[in-house]
Amino acid sequence: MNASPYLPTPGYARWRKAKSTAVTAVLVACALVVIAPLFLVIYFLLRQGYSAIDLNFFTQLPKPTGVPGGGMANAIVGTITLLAMAAVIGVPLGVMGGVYLAEYGSDRVNNWLRFAADVLNGVPSIVWGMVVYLMLVVPFKTFSAYAGGTALGLMMIPLVMRTTEEVLILVPQSYREAALALGVARWKVIMVIVVRTALKGIATGVIVAMARIAGETAPLLFTALGNNFWNHNLKEPISALPLQIFAYAISPYDDWHRQAWAGALVLMALILALNILVRVLSRDRRLTT
Amino acid sequence: MANPPEAALSSKPAEPVRIAPAPATPAAAPPGEADEVAFDIKNFSLWYGPRQALQDVSIRLPARKVTAIIGPSGCGKSTFLRALNRMHELTPGTRLEGSLRHFGQDLYGPGVEAVSIRRRIGMVFQKSNPFPTMSIAENVLVGLRLNGIRDKAVLQGRLEESLRMAALWDEVKDTLNRPGTSLSGGQQQRLCIARSLAVQPETLLMDEPCSALDPIATAKIEDLIQTLRAKYTVVIVTHNMQQAARCSDRTAFFYMGRLIEFGETRKMFTNPSNPQTEAYVSGRFG
Repeated sequence: MNASPYLPTPGYARWRKAKSTAVTAVLVACALVVIAPLFLVIYFLLRQGYSAIDLNFFTQLPKPTGVPGGGMANAIVGTITLLAMAAVIGVPLGVMGGVYLAEYGSDRVNNWLRFAADVLNGVPSIVWGMVVYLMLVVPFKTFSAYAGGTALGLMMIPLVMRTTEEVLILVPQSYREAALALGVARWKVIMVIVVRTALKGIATGVIVAMARIAGETAPLLFTALGNNFWNHNLKEPISALPLQIFAYAISPYDDWHRQAWAGALVLMALILALNILVRVLSRDRRLTT
Repeated sequence: MANPPEAALSSKPAEPVRIAPAPATPAAAPPGEADEVAFDIKNFSLWYGPRQALQDVSIRLPARKVTAIIGPSGCGKSTFLRALNRMHELTPGTRLEGSLRHFGQDLYGPGVEAVSIRRRIGMVFQKSNPFPTMSIAENVLVGLRLNGIRDKAVLQGRLEESLRMAALWDEVKDTLNRPGTSLSGGQQQRLCIARSLAVQPETLLMDEPCSALDPIATAKIEDLIQTLRAKYTVVIVTHNMQQAARCSDRTAFFYMGRLIEFGETRKMFTNPSNPQTEAYVSGRFG
């Protein structure tokens, strides 16, 4: 019936199609399983936390159990404060380290630096807390916002360094050559031409790192400690959303549990917002402008 | 406007505003002296790691003339060009021997910085590369700004003069604040030429500046090269032999890392003394 002896028989073709459909179905199922946890997280946070979120939650200090109307205003401000302090430490050091890796270091030195940065990325966050405890809490005999911000900032450095390096390498060599051919000094070429061209990518990396550390609890346990009141002095303990969630979640009180869920919802919303910002910044798929 | 626009294109070129005192240049050549030497190169060899890219090149390129460098791919012509303003140093593992002088200055002398060499010897690349974060005006002026020129009147004057010299002013004078990358390919290449001219080099190196352009844009750049000859020494690497024949005064033919022949362009294309040159320019190999 057909000219070529190599064409499949109708029966074989049907069997092959069935196999294809089955494999596709398995892959779709796997993909769904991969993204399902995100929806589970959002679902539970909304179900458990939504009822405890009101204006008071954003404006009031924590209240003793049984007293209605307490909030986490100090923890929200505390988290933003700690993130800002972490950025002050992590962004300049991380960006400059990335510039060194991409523009200056020899292959040999760079291999060691990258290895060190990757090991640092893998250091458990509680270890950061313990190290900073010994560095900044023990000598000054007090838990402090400075210590908490430092712990988070140290975690940021290797993250920012590696992403900065990656986006700087994406800047075409032709821009460096064009600027050098104008008789411009190399450091100016790097700062004004290369870094400026990659600025959007660097900003994206910084925000990714911020989103990563915003939810860290362990490094803050021995450093920022937590605080039920406003922090008026960065040399004193400061509250943070993850710390407040932790303190409330392990308490025996139902109203505190609800507040912990609400805190988790707010923290998740903050991280989601940072990630959406990243998507917007890198929408054109290129990390360089 | 600091510089009247016609100054740029008149037969009597405006006295350029030097950014820094130019290092020891010999006194202006006597009028009629046709053969002032821009580059005096002796026994020049260059290696990329173990591989030798140029072998024992000796050549004297004339000042305020257009010299074309031709030869098949891999013959070392781009390497030669990049060594003239030390751009090859960006490639790790290069090593060179021999003497290279530009208007008497030893390009590789002790204490001579690549930055100051490149200020005097600009370069235009194969692919146009305006800085994507900058407007047309910012692209032209970036070299001056990064070298510390702040005077608004000077910058404005250089902007117009450079764009006029690059034959781009009339096309962009109303859109100077648009991104440099919004221009067409040929306009971008002329923008890059204007950017190189703005820092007032003495010599302009061009590495296949038209190979990515259509014939109309190519013709504009070739016309532009003719006007540049009045003030600048131009060295152009090209794959296109018609282009070399059309727009250069002298032609150098490189093959396998060696300078095979160098002479008047007309003679090189009509009556070359070397059989290899003859075979290449007549299209029998390469």
